[in-house]
Amino acid sequence: MDVSQYLEIFIDETKEHLQTLSDQLMILEQEPENMDTINEIFRAAHSLKGMAGTMGFKRMQRLTHDMENVFQEIRSENMKVQPELVDVLFRGLDALEAYLAEIMETANEGTEENEEIINTLNSIAKQATGKDNTPKEEKPAPAPAQTVSGDAAKYKEIKITEYDQNTFDKAKKQNQNIFGITVYLQETCILKAARAFLVFKALEELGEVMKASPSVQDIEDEKFDMDFSIIFFTNENADKIKTTIEAVSEIKEAVIGPFEIASNQEEKSGTVEQAAESAETNEQPAAPAVPAAPEKTSKNVPAATADTKKKETKHPAQKTAKPTVGRTVRVDIEKLDVLMNLVSELIIAKNGLVSMSSADESRTDTDFNEQIEYLESVTTNLHESVMKVRMVPIESVVSRFPRMIRDLNKKLGKKMELHMSGEETELDRTVIDEIGDPLQHLLRNAADHGLESNEERIALGKEEVGNIYLDAYQDGNNVNIEVRDDGGGIDVEKIKKKALEKGSITPEQAEVMTDKEFIDLLFKPSFSTAEKITDVSGRGVGLDVVKTKIEGLGGNIECRSALGEGSSFIIRLPLTLAIIQALMVELGKEKYAIPLGSIQTIEDVAFTDVKHVQTREVINLRGSVIPLIRLNQLLNVEPGDFEPESLTVVIVKKGDKQAGLVVDNLIGQQEIVIKSIGDYIHCSKLIGGATILGDGEIALILEVNTLV
Amino acid sequence: MDDIKDIQNLETVGEGKQYIVVRLGSEQYGIDIKYVDNIVRNQRITRIPSAQDFFKGVINLRGEIIPVMSLRLKFGLEPDKYTNATRIIIIKLESQSAIGIMVDEVREVVTLDEDSIENPNSTDSNEVQLQYLSGVGKHEDGLITLLNIASVIIEKETNN
Repeated sequence: MDVSQYLEIFIDETKEHLQTLSDQLMILEQEPENMDTINEIFRAAHSLKGMAGTMGFKRMQRLTHDMENVFQEIRSENMKVQPELVDVLFRGLDALEAYLAEIMETANEGTEENEEIINTLNSIAKQATGKDNTPKEEKPAPAPAQTVSGDAAKYKEIKITEYDQNTFDKAKKQNQNIFGITVYLQETCILKAARAFLVFKALEELGEVMKASPSVQDIEDEKFDMDFSIIFFTNENADKIKTTIEAVSEIKEAVIGPFEIASNQEEKSGTVEQAAESAETNEQPAAPAVPAAPEKTSKNVPAATADTKKKETKHPAQKTAKPTVGRTVRVDIEKLDVLMNLVSELIIAKNGLVSMSSADESRTDTDFNEQIEYLESVTTNLHESVMKVRMVPIESVVSRFPRMIRDLNKKLGKKMELHMSGEETELDRTVIDEIGDPLQHLLRNAADHGLESNEERIALGKEEVGNIYLDAYQDGNNVNIEVRDDGGGIDVEKIKKKALEKGSITPEQAEVMTDKEFIDLLFKPSFSTAEKITDVSGRGVGLDVVKTKIEGLGGNIECRSALGEGSSFIIRLPLTLAIIQALMVELGKEKYAIPLGSIQTIEDVAFTDVKHVQTREVINLRGSVIPLIRLNQLLNVEPGDFEPESLTVVIVKKGDKQAGLVVDNLIGQQEIVIKSIGDYIHCSKLIGGATILGDGEIALILEVNTLV
Repeated sequence: MDDIKDIQNLETVGEGKQYIVVRLGSEQYGIDIKYVDNIVRNQRITRIPSAQDFFKGVINLRGEIIPVMSLRLKFGLEPDKYTNATRIIIIKLESQSAIGIMVDEVREVVTLDEDSIENPNSTDSNEVQLQYLSGVGKHEDGLITLLNIASVIIEKETNN
């Protein structure tokens, strides 16, 4: 069986399970007694184990198996969750993530055994339960469990559904015996299905076959190995049944026992597996702790394992090959349906135009315009839907942060809590991919420099536990992400001292600089005020990298701080990158586009209303003083012929800063596709790109963020 | 686009390298044909504010935005005078985006074998900075200055 085609699915699902594990472990740390959480973790570990097993990733499987074991003990209340255990589990999680990363790179899990984590897990389980679990670690979990040979009473593995449960209850009421039977055929048996049929027939005279594994249909089709299991209701006793079955020729043995219905089937399968494993251990007690062991022990490991084994040996040579997994977006099927519908409509619109062009006699302009309008509405919707497909909730990036803060908690010895909101806010996939690192950086900064130590906090009369907030929300055409802490805030004096020390500013400059300008210094390259360099942050490459990255995404970052109350970093990102609504304006004979998202209002300003504040032109607009920017001077535009009676001013904003852009003429609102003007031209940052207008002319897009 | 057709007709399969011969003022320059993607007539150029002065701006070539550089300005000659013969040669270097180069005229395609190319190190009183040259080709009676197009296009930081 070639499993490589399932690799992408495996990776996707593993990611999801790992995220569940991470989330639930966080909860577990807070509420060690939460049974739901424990069950959830157990399930996630169990699924991971099964998936890894199927794909032949044995090291991964082994690790998840041991994690699962520990939870098995917890579930059966043999042990309690302790902080050390959670730590080990988190390390296990990291190791699993490392495996996954390796698999994504090379389609191979690598050779890291993580022996230490496994040993720790086992010794914790051992300590807590007093039971010797160690032999288990020698055995990577056989999955699926059915393949284990040596466990005679296989009927225990039969899954019980809710419906079955009712039948069981009924049978019990009628005082029937419920037996589990596993029938083994002789190795030499040829007509397996026929023998099985005889067994069923014999049994039917004695009682009722409730359930079989494999299913009755599969047994009839001979889709089973040398054994099958049955759950059987009868009034007879076990011995009678056993003799009856064994009376059928070519039957090697029938194992029979009362079938216990566990209240929780999950638990059932868990214990069975354990039983299975111990049975296996008995068989080969001397099996060495090498991952190759299962090949020897279990005769009928799925072909997949053997197959991957082959692959594994081939792989090291091509390890450096490019990552095997492409970048994918999981798309809601509904979104795809909408797209599909729109494409159909597009075809209809096209057909409408075709038929109109063939019926040339009766064609009128109104018909034509109608079709054009129809086409327009379809393309607009189509664009919107395609954009939506590209949108990914920010959750996929931020979900790893609670874990990070937890680790920082321990590392820095500060108590802190992360509060997140707006995880469902959606951003373009390309932005999502890039935003993780800057956010991580800001959060680390907040944890390391932002928050005071617990003692300081108590001394200052704040609550002991520091708070870090990560809020995402949509604001017009932008998405804002705010990283906030309630720590000491940014000490402007400290920055001043540092800047003078470094010679970034002169003492004269320092005299006139505002607090905000000082804070902005933090975004300059190699400016770190951390007094000591820690492992967490403060290597001098910092906020400037964050700023560059965010500006590269077409966004901007701003910092607000209040000494003693905390600081906040606000990242503003465009919702989408490729297509925007823009206001087209004219400067001289040139056309420029101003992104609509940053425009507040458009004003007609009389020349007499323009005031001068220190050499700068400003206007007073409804109480706020707004600086004017003469675009035609800034962009060296040749002046037009006409003399306007008043100024047309486009008021734009960036955060809470405003500016008025003086333009010659307004053309109108238009949806534009942003295109890059390439790397050859080193123009100023004033131009954010270009777009092609309907008539083929090129208009430049003004970068409002750098203008204001 | 007619130009391309003409050039293709002129092409001869032979030994040596093929060059497109262009004219700037009274001088002839050769551009290795393997870098030439297209040749288009002069068209509406959108100025880019505060770009390097040898960039005329950008043009729209079938939905792509392509920067256009003036060879004259780059070589420190008189600014271009647009005529009917003015052409923009679209150059595509490997792993680089396309760029247009404005020239006074596109003349012909010539095939030069190694023997007819001289090294640029020779005592040559060319005004063009030596770094842009890859050699001088002799063709019929005239001399063709062969351009090292990569160094013309890719700006060295020290130039600014």
